[in-house]
Amino acid sequence: MDIAIKDGKIVEKVNAKKAEVINASGMIVMPGGVDIHCHIAGAEVNSGRLLRPEDHVKDVEAKTALTRSGVGYSIPSTFTTGYRYSRMGYTTVMNPSMPPLEARHTHEELDDTPMVDKATYPLLGDWWFVLEHLRDGLIEECAAHVAWMMSATKGYAIKIVNPGGLEAWGFGRNVQNLDDPVPYFNITPREILRGLCKVNKLLNLPHTIHVHTNNLGKPGNYITALETMKCVEDLAEGKRPVIHITHCQFCAFKGSDWRTMSSGAEEIAKYVNHHDHVTLDMGQVIFTDTTTMTADGPFQYGLYNLTGNKWVNHDVETETSSGIVPFRYRRKSAVHATQWSIGLELALLIKDPWKIYMTTDHPNGGPFTAYPNIIAWLMSQVARKKTMSKISKRARRKSLLPSIDRELSFYEIAIVTRAGQAKALNLTQKGHLGIGADADVAIYNVNPEQVDPSKKYKTVRRALRRAAYTIKSGEIVVKDGQIVNPVFGKTFWVDVKTSLPTEVNEDLKRKFREYWTVEYENYPIPDNFLHVPAPIPVRAEV
Amino acid sequence: MTAVTVVTGVTCPVCGTFCDDIELVVKDNVITDVRNACAIGAAKFLNYSTHRNLKPLVRKNGELVEASMDEAVGRAAKILADATYPILYGWSNTSCEAIRVGLELAEEVGGAIDNTSTVCHGPSILSVQDVGIASCTLGQLRHRADLIFYWASNPWSSHPRHIERYTMFSEGRFQKSAWRGYLSRLRGIISRKRLQRAANLVLRRDIFATPEIERRLPYSMFQKKRKMVVVDVRKTRTAEAADYFLQVEPNKDYELLQAFRMLIKDEELDVDEVAGVPVEILEEVADVMVGCELGVFFFGVGLTMSEGKLRNVDAALSLTRDLNQRTKFLIMPMRGHFNVTGADVVFTWQTGYPYAIDFSHGYPRYNPGETSVIDILCRDEADAGLIVASDPVAHFPRMAAQNLVKNPLIAIDPEVTPTTLMADVVFPSAFVGIEAEGTAYRMDHVPLPLKKIVEPPKTCLPDEEILQRILHKVRKLRRNQN
Amino acid sequence: MNIPFTEVDGLPKLKVSLLTGRTIDQGKGKECGKLSKEYLESVVICQMDPNDMKFLGVKENTNVKVITDFGSVVLKAVKSARAPHPKVIFIPYGPWASLIMNPKTHGTGMPSLKGIPAEIEPAPNEKVLSLQNLLNQFHRK
Repeated sequence: MDIAIKDGKIVEKVNAKKAEVINASGMIVMPGGVDIHCHIAGAEVNSGRLLRPEDHVKDVEAKTALTRSGVGYSIPSTFTTGYRYSRMGYTTVMNPSMPPLEARHTHEELDDTPMVDKATYPLLGDWWFVLEHLRDGLIEECAAHVAWMMSATKGYAIKIVNPGGLEAWGFGRNVQNLDDPVPYFNITPREILRGLCKVNKLLNLPHTIHVHTNNLGKPGNYITALETMKCVEDLAEGKRPVIHITHCQFCAFKGSDWRTMSSGAEEIAKYVNHHDHVTLDMGQVIFTDTTTMTADGPFQYGLYNLTGNKWVNHDVETETSSGIVPFRYRRKSAVHATQWSIGLELALLIKDPWKIYMTTDHPNGGPFTAYPNIIAWLMSQVARKKTMSKISKRARRKSLLPSIDRELSFYEIAIVTRAGQAKALNLTQKGHLGIGADADVAIYNVNPEQVDPSKKYKTVRRALRRAAYTIKSGEIVVKDGQIVNPVFGKTFWVDVKTSLPTEVNEDLKRKFREYWTVEYENYPIPDNFLHVPAPIPVRAEV
Repeated sequence: MTAVTVVTGVTCPVCGTFCDDIELVVKDNVITDVRNACAIGAAKFLNYSTHRNLKPLVRKNGELVEASMDEAVGRAAKILADATYPILYGWSNTSCEAIRVGLELAEEVGGAIDNTSTVCHGPSILSVQDVGIASCTLGQLRHRADLIFYWASNPWSSHPRHIERYTMFSEGRFQKSAWRGYLSRLRGIISRKRLQRAANLVLRRDIFATPEIERRLPYSMFQKKRKMVVVDVRKTRTAEAADYFLQVEPNKDYELLQAFRMLIKDEELDVDEVAGVPVEILEEVADVMVGCELGVFFFGVGLTMSEGKLRNVDAALSLTRDLNQRTKFLIMPMRGHFNVTGADVVFTWQTGYPYAIDFSHGYPRYNPGETSVIDILCRDEADAGLIVASDPVAHFPRMAAQNLVKNPLIAIDPEVTPTTLMADVVFPSAFVGIEAEGTAYRMDHVPLPLKKIVEPPKTCLPDEEILQRILHKVRKLRRNQN
Repeated sequence: MNIPFTEVDGLPKLKVSLLTGRTIDQGKGKECGKLSKEYLESVVICQMDPNDMKFLGVKENTNVKVITDFGSVVLKAVKSARAPHPKVIFIPYGPWASLIMNPKTHGTGMPSLKGIPAEIEPAPNEKVLSLQNLLNQFHRK
């Protein structure tokens, strides 16, 4: 079949005589890749870049006539980030953690990230206004304030990290479970999650609440993950998801300590297979030296205690926190190898590929450039066996992978790397090649009719590393894995229209100086700040 | 018809405190009054126009003469395009938007680019790269900090509103301002000084003799309220306002910091004093550190510039990190120029490195000590220079300044400075934050907008635009060369 | 630093530790312009502990010469309001302080701008260089 592109969109047909023709026969054609969760821009990411000159020095990209220079490896500089995604056929990426006070920083970096369309999620789970409104049961007022925040920070979705824990971390503490009250605020993580889930529905935001659970990285935390999913079960309507659990691998640990730690993927998969209100992404681990960075301040401090590596902490007044610790995942570590297994188990045990997406929580589990490796593991049991033969014996014994012979097909891969993610994000113009979609296309030089990915996974991996063609908004930007046309994408943000915006403005104006150390008028990002803004208008129910 | 407007929420383009609550009264394109600013900020807003360049200048036959913008751009572009290893320096007093262009230009000409961190908190950055840093935004401290250290830093002189906006004299959700306590203490200090002066006259004592060191901490250090401790080699103004002043011998901060690291881990010190301070005092201070709700170290260039340099900061960062085992403790460098943090931030996201970047191989290289501007100049390896909003001829050690001046030199600056006096091409620029807008970063990495308050003279363009023109011309010249 | 001062050519000298840095006056002066009277007056000074001044026989507002391994400069001596700090002198950032700073960075990129070993002696008959003369003498185009 033929795909026709005109003016940046997929159309029914074009005048074949005047059109540029790309012969993709013998190759696989997919919509451009969509990454729902990758830390690529903002204060936290940049602190990570600064922290690791030793990580950059081994991976450099020289300037060319068309491209700017830069560095990698686990936290590439902005230009390099855009180029590397594009070379792999990706066209849309989502930066999942933006401290609202420093939103300007995130957008400045996104504007310097070429080749891809992007959006970012403001961290709202510990924002004092959210905590206070939800504590007092004022859901609608909370929703109105969240709407203001989306607009002020040019955000796309509500991000929640270790709800309640980040506020407790302000004084060096944490929360232990969903019902552990946040010091000084008299509200529990459960109430924060449910409250923001309701707010999300009232505001009609395109994506669900995007949640990094409490107790991340702790043996036994699969119970917290299940409870988090359960606690909003009753808020679901029909088959539409109401919560997205991100990098689920990190919250799928069974056991009571590191010695007894094992996989809780089976239990989580069982739940997800029977419930339609949840979506997940993997958070797959790669055996490499990478950098962990999350808004979960207490968790990151815990990682410092575990490893003794250098540790960066950055608490943001009134709102959130963050932490960065370099980390090496070793094959011979029973814990790391189990983590590697868990990510894949989740993806293979959850039957519906529309519910679980491929990510590494870049760079926490590993750099996004390792995506083709993960795809190889998902498509080929042989590939999994090969890696398994080199990992810790104890992990190999405990792993469920030997008993799983499912191998994802090309079609399913297209879902977990683009279509599913676009659907979860409600980016209706992305992730598919139907008429009206954005003309973001990736063509890989591997023939699905001739190549058996189960056996020839190395061929598949090679092909997916360097796209034969990447087309962005109808223009060929990559050919044979090289940038041939540097472009800049647009930044999506949700323009929520509420019925009483002035009231919220007045409320915030009065309280601003009490809560923050900046002036009310200097906080919101003006509409013309983003280089290529793409506001998505949304009518709220408040 | 005289139009008088009051502009609110103005960000002050002077120091890292980056106050954004300044109010300006503007009449006929002139700032006539400043509210809320400190003495330095007020001086800037009212006097910025006193000694400025108004026309582009080009050196001909040894003298700087007026030239057209095109001629100046042409001359500057030729200097950069012809140079083998130009250095582009400054950047801390201009907007992030201009810095982005500067990086593109440095990459284009394959030179070295560096910002003022290199002579300021560069060593702090080196230490962070070794140890990491436990930090926060300033509001976190305003809300929660009850123990504030200013170590080798004198905010009263360098960041005058820091204490009132973010620490001792600010109101937070969990901590109150210590203003009243300070006032009553001040009254006590003044009356004590009067009595002592009278006593000295009567007893004919040497009034400037080194006083006996107090062997106990004052009572206020054990109260549940905000407390401030100053550690310095001299009793600065800030030290006078503090609850306690710890006088450390010059070049001995490293020993003192390491001593504290031992004490907070409940280890015994084998000596009687460290850095001139008796161990009993140190033990009490360590107790106060461990017993606070949230403590913070603000440190200044006294640590980065004295013997040990980055190792001093290393010790401070490690002490902070170790304290987190016992309580919540954070640390922050007192950045000087209002956008030096922004320069570091922009450099890092575009190149991976915060300062001292070399593009001569076509990709970013970072090795302070080799690729930093003072070292490049002292080794006499640069053959041209572009200085943006900075005055290295006044502030660099003599040898470095001499090697900068003897080669072709381009200066982009709104004011007349020793650097512009010695340059070969001078571009008059608009004052960012007053005559040109942009973005800049506070010392705690919070980005804020710089406003345009008045129109600049027609001949004074924003740095961003001047750099764009030079970059454009350089690309044209290089295309023709090839 | 056991011997507090030596006498050479009949003039007393004092070994000190030199600090350079910011002051409010230098900051305010800078904003008035680098050629302004306010700025120039704020940076051609050397703040000394009054006891040290007494030892050297230096009266306030007379000139002193500060010598380091990297050069020497004549400045106006003023009583430090931050005393006591025996054998520590302070010169605000500026073209005069830069003449005697240590450019060595010891592989860190950072020159030594504080804690520089120096000698100070009275120089009542020597003049402070004007900015123009300073630029002419040390920086040739």
